[in-house]
Amino acid sequence: MTNTEKQPAKFPGTVHETPGGGILSGALDDVINWARSNSLWPLTFGTSCCAIEMMSTAAAKYDFARFGFEVARATPRQADVIIIAGTIVNKMAPVLKRLYDQMADPKYVIAMGACATSGGPFFYNTYSVVKGADHVIPVDVYVAGCPPRPEALLHALITLQEKIKAGGKRERIDIDGNAVGR
Amino acid sequence: MTNEEIISALTEAVPGIEAEASTEWPTVTLPSDQWPSLARTLREREDMWFDYLFCLTCVDWKTHLTMVYHLTSTRHRHHLVVKSKLDRDAAAIGTVSDIWRTAEFHEREVAELFGVDFPGHPDLRKLILPDDWVGYPLRKDYEDPVNMIKL
Repeated sequence: MTNTEKQPAKFPGTVHETPGGGILSGALDDVINWARSNSLWPLTFGTSCCAIEMMSTAAAKYDFARFGFEVARATPRQADVIIIAGTIVNKMAPVLKRLYDQMADPKYVIAMGACATSGGPFFYNTYSVVKGADHVIPVDVYVAGCPPRPEALLHALITLQEKIKAGGKRERIDIDGNAVGR
Repeated sequence: MTNEEIISALTEAVPGIEAEASTEWPTVTLPSDQWPSLARTLREREDMWFDYLFCLTCVDWKTHLTMVYHLTSTRHRHHLVVKSKLDRDAAAIGTVSDIWRTAEFHEREVAELFGVDFPGHPDLRKLILPDDWVGYPLRKDYEDPVNMIKL
């Protein structure tokens, strides 16, 4: 078996075997995006019940570390992706903005559940809720559900990976979520 | 004490008290000016000994406000719900924060969200809302054209 056959199918390059090792070749952007997409550390940020599902997704049964969301960090300085897991109220909005600003580039945002997407059940007749976290910070992936099941969050996380691999452009993801074009 | 005993003891002791029928917990409604003295009795009477106020809240019925106090006794394991109707335009009821310390926070919350005054409360600042907030957002007639989308 050669080294080339051992590579994951989606690695955006090839390994050329040479005596005593190998040479890896590929487009630099593709390799960087591949690396980034497979090592996304989420920020521990949960404002309501979606956080419980996020914890479930992180714990042993669903275990998002399998997909490269290795460990949740308690500081935005070490986090790559913020999963907005819960309702954002007007008093929380500046805190969310500050956390986002403190994250190092490249940074990604997932709006988890109805509240983070649109205000959800708090859309009407509420004095305190922000009607969608995208009023505060830009969002890469939205997840429907109230709260979404862990499978839905995993799908969102994998969708984010596909988006990163596609160069951050939504139109480069086909209907099955695979990167296309370039 | 059984629920019936609590109800009959209170009906005898306090004029103007009304018992509510067919509720899970014994429930009484009384005029708001009677509340602080009754609260002291409920807390200190040996056979009552309601030493735990586990819920203090307010309901806006549009015609009036109703304060609701949920009490339990850790010694006798009996419960009591006390309600009191308040006028929406001059909502005030004596504080019980000197009897149950937990009421201090709860009354601050009811004061800022429903606009109920608690004479005797030591520190009735806003608890959750920003200090410069105007209006009582949990009242049914609250309007906020900037943040609220009416249905």
